[in-house]
Amino acid sequence: MIGQGIQSTNQRKHSYVQDRVEVGFFTDPSVCIGCKACEVACKEWNHVPDDGFIWSGNSYDNTGHLGASTWRHVMFLEQDRQKGNQVTGPMGLDAQSEDPFRWVFLSDVCKHCEEAGCLEACPTGSIVRTEVGSVLVQNDVCNGCGYCVVSCPFGVIDRRPEPLHDAGGAFKCTFCYDRQKSGLVPACAKVCPTESIVFGRLDDLRSRANERVQHLKQSGYSDAQLYDPTETSVRGIHAFFLILGEPEAYGLPLKPQIPTIYLKSAWTSAFATALASIVATLAAFAFFS
Amino acid sequence: MTTNSPSEKRLEELREQAWKDGVVPGKGVDVAGGPIPRKPGYYGQAVVKPPVWTWQVPLYFFFGGIAGMSAVIALAAVLFHHPDLARATMWVSTVAGAVLSPILLVMDLGRPHLFLNMLRVFKHRSAMSMGAWILSAFGACVVPGLIALELRVQQFFPGALDQLVGVVAGIFIFGSAIFGTLLATYTGVLIGATAIPAWFLHRTLLPIHFGTAGLGSAAGLLELLGHRIPALNFVGFYVAGVETALLIWLSVNKHGAADRAIHEHGTGWLIRVGEVLTGPLALVLRFFSFIPFAAISFLLGALISRVGWIAVGKVSGSDPESVFAAERY
Repeated sequence: MIGQGIQSTNQRKHSYVQDRVEVGFFTDPSVCIGCKACEVACKEWNHVPDDGFIWSGNSYDNTGHLGASTWRHVMFLEQDRQKGNQVTGPMGLDAQSEDPFRWVFLSDVCKHCEEAGCLEACPTGSIVRTEVGSVLVQNDVCNGCGYCVVSCPFGVIDRRPEPLHDAGGAFKCTFCYDRQKSGLVPACAKVCPTESIVFGRLDDLRSRANERVQHLKQSGYSDAQLYDPTETSVRGIHAFFLILGEPEAYGLPLKPQIPTIYLKSAWTSAFATALASIVATLAAFAFFS
Repeated sequence: MTTNSPSEKRLEELREQAWKDGVVPGKGVDVAGGPIPRKPGYYGQAVVKPPVWTWQVPLYFFFGGIAGMSAVIALAAVLFHHPDLARATMWVSTVAGAVLSPILLVMDLGRPHLFLNMLRVFKHRSAMSMGAWILSAFGACVVPGLIALELRVQQFFPGALDQLVGVVAGIFIFGSAIFGTLLATYTGVLIGATAIPAWFLHRTLLPIHFGTAGLGSAAGLLELLGHRIPALNFVGFYVAGVETALLIWLSVNKHGAADRAIHEHGTGWLIRVGEVLTGPLALVLRFFSFIPFAAISFLLGALISRVGWIAVGKVSGSDPESVFAAERY
């Protein structure tokens, strides 16, 4: 917790894996300073390769989006809105204008869904759920079929292209499962200088997040809300966010759905077609032979 | 931006001022439309990930459809005593389903040498897992089915043993037909049960289209191979009729921005051309007894529309507005 120093859950050793406690990330843009230390720490610890650099022109975000070689992604939103009670100066050519403006940073990550599309889709059993409730891709099992890529409602997981190392497999955030097994905190949370990323027990984080939203609303952040889609078929996420404004501005779907909900109607249609094809063919041969 | 726009002029003034005075007290330049980039979502970036699949996948859909439905025709040919047709269909099924399809599927994998991992688990909630098992089961039926049929036709064994070979062939051809129908239709489920808006919004249509296109392609291919019999002609009428109905359904059942990849741009044309070739055009050609042309039209349309549906997925998955619009359905 903020102000707890080395007593914070981000710094303490833990035994969540051994105790089978559900853990999570709570990411709070109201204290994020956009330093991208989380991106760097993630790349360093997990040996995530450099996947090229382009000037995006999208504010200070030259990372782009989550993918096979980007497991943390700091978003830079420029919005013509007030940020809390912050006073902004004039920006336009016209000296009289006092345009409201805010710069919001949010570190995006795999959501580790309660009902995960990638996990359900994986035909090799490479993607599994861990003791702490996170979703893990076992790199040595994945054969790179690419079905998880189109099954993720958040567009997180992707297949790593050549010539990067370990190319061909699907990759995403591991929730630093290797670190967690040793009682360590995920690398991104460990380095976050403002505790914008908080790691801890999921139930603790949820209550902490609710308090934070109330506090921000009282401080003038009228559009602060939690992004934690528990009402949809993904049934909640282990890495949830506080956001200012609408989810769409962060590229987050309002109602993310796990694609398995579409299976029933699709298979019904497939079986009906299968039956109709057999009947039509047999009828053709019966009547026209 | 032209050099005589007001903002560029202001920029020049600022540069001159900075050069002369070393410091600029005034304000910067208001870029047209700035400073907030007005693009949907987060800088117009994709919300879901478009498919990574390459050319092998639409080809696999095409050959898998032919293989699977060819086995259904094989079953009918055996039941209604068309030995030549039965042999041809089983050869088509084996080549397309047990040779071409697995090769294409393995080629599409990011790590082809790990293809056997597909059979590590059986997950009924994953259409990809089901597909791997369906293709395996189909291969396990169609290869012995073909061998038994050939032995039976050549009368390789004498007397009672020949009878037994006939029964074995019948069982395996029946199995091929059952798994074949699933092989031809599951591909619709595969892409229908995903997070790609243009795909999941048409998850009911896709298996019907893929299965019917498979049956029509199989019948058309056999006609082109010289099996011009009235029964295959009837199948040709049936599939072209269904595809015409699907064309109408697709043009009526629009979802605005959510599935615009099906109706707009190059991908829209691929779908439309594919549907017209398999539907109305094949129907008309067959009606006027231009049977080889109808068969070619259908085969071409079936291939183009498979390519089209994968292309649609790439466009739709890259379009954040489609994802947001699809949440209303």
